[in-house]
Amino acid sequence: MRDLFRGELVRLTAEDPETRAKIEVHWQRDSEYRRFLDTEPAMVVSEKWLKDWFEKRNEEGYGPNRYVFSIRTLAEERLIGFFSLWVDLVHSEAWVGIGIGERAFWGKGYGTDAMRLCLRYAFTELNVQRVSLGLMDYNPRALRSYEKAGFRLEGRTRGDVQRAGKRHDSLWMGILREEWLAMQNGEKV
Amino acid sequence: MFDIQTQLFEGRDIRFGPIDHEKDPQVESKWTHDSDFMRLYDIEPARPLSPAMVKKKYEKLEKEIEESKNLFYFAIRAREDDRLIGKAIISRIEWSNGNGWIELGIGSADDRRKGYGAQALQMLLRFAFAELNLYRVTARVQEYNQAAIALLKKFGFSEEVRRRQALERDDRRWDLLVFGLLKDEWVKQPQA
Repeated sequence: MRDLFRGELVRLTAEDPETRAKIEVHWQRDSEYRRFLDTEPAMVVSEKWLKDWFEKRNEEGYGPNRYVFSIRTLAEERLIGFFSLWVDLVHSEAWVGIGIGERAFWGKGYGTDAMRLCLRYAFTELNVQRVSLGLMDYNPRALRSYEKAGFRLEGRTRGDVQRAGKRHDSLWMGILREEWLAMQNGEKV
Repeated sequence: MFDIQTQLFEGRDIRFGPIDHEKDPQVESKWTHDSDFMRLYDIEPARPLSPAMVKKKYEKLEKEIEESKNLFYFAIRAREDDRLIGKAIISRIEWSNGNGWIELGIGSADDRRKGYGAQALQMLLRFAFAELNLYRVTARVQEYNQAAIALLKKFGFSEEVRRRQALERDDRRWDLLVFGLLKDEWVKQPQA
């Protein structure tokens, strides 16, 4: 059987709240990163607050509908990002949020590699029918990455984000189980 | 249009009011026993609630309204006898983006197809745009809820997102649609 937690460039590991909080303090100083993550005002918070928050989330995360991973480089085991899956068990849909906090690893395929592992995990381990995500139109790098991983654009909510005095659209993407299976080129999943 | 004298909470046949913690739980409990309504109103599994459970829900809701500051809830009442006929909600408001989600439900089948939904939506949009000063509102609707889709289109909403097969009911999968309306589009309408 395939190793679900090992890709071409990255490996997935458990999230350690203390380690994550320590590095997130550095990542969040990058307001561009913060603005890619969500539509809330970019903000900086303390390491203690972050650690408590990750701890609380991880406790909840042992339930059947929340899965959180750290993304590390295969080469050096360096912590570069995270993703989390939230599963709607009734309708068999998973929502994914992903972030690569280390700028040095942007645009080099690390995020896409992690997303491929994420989709494999969602479709072959969580067995969902559909995976969904949202992003903002000012993040074209993410759009290309998600398209490469197999997501299709399903629409945009017009002007629902305001950044730097301009209106931006949120983009909504999804991939269906049969679309993901078709992408595996008959390879055993 | 409207001016400062416009009564935000009064419609032709209906009014927006607060929750009545004594009387409303009985009524809403009845709605939750109607699976047709629940499946149109929500994507959560339909689940009957006792009046006591509804009462708890209202208490939680009012606490959330107070703490979150991004949620507005109206009980819809018939003007003729003040009975509860539905609810109108603006939730998950992002103030820095001027965006909020709207929800509307007319609970009893007897009260549907009488124009109450349209009046409630008109009042809810007026509140969203003329009182909260939102830039846009968003509504989510299942592809099988034809009445809701027709109502949203009548008020100028555009279908912006079609989340393919995001919903499973009666052993088949359905699309979940997201509709949006901008304030600029709304002010041009006669309903505004």
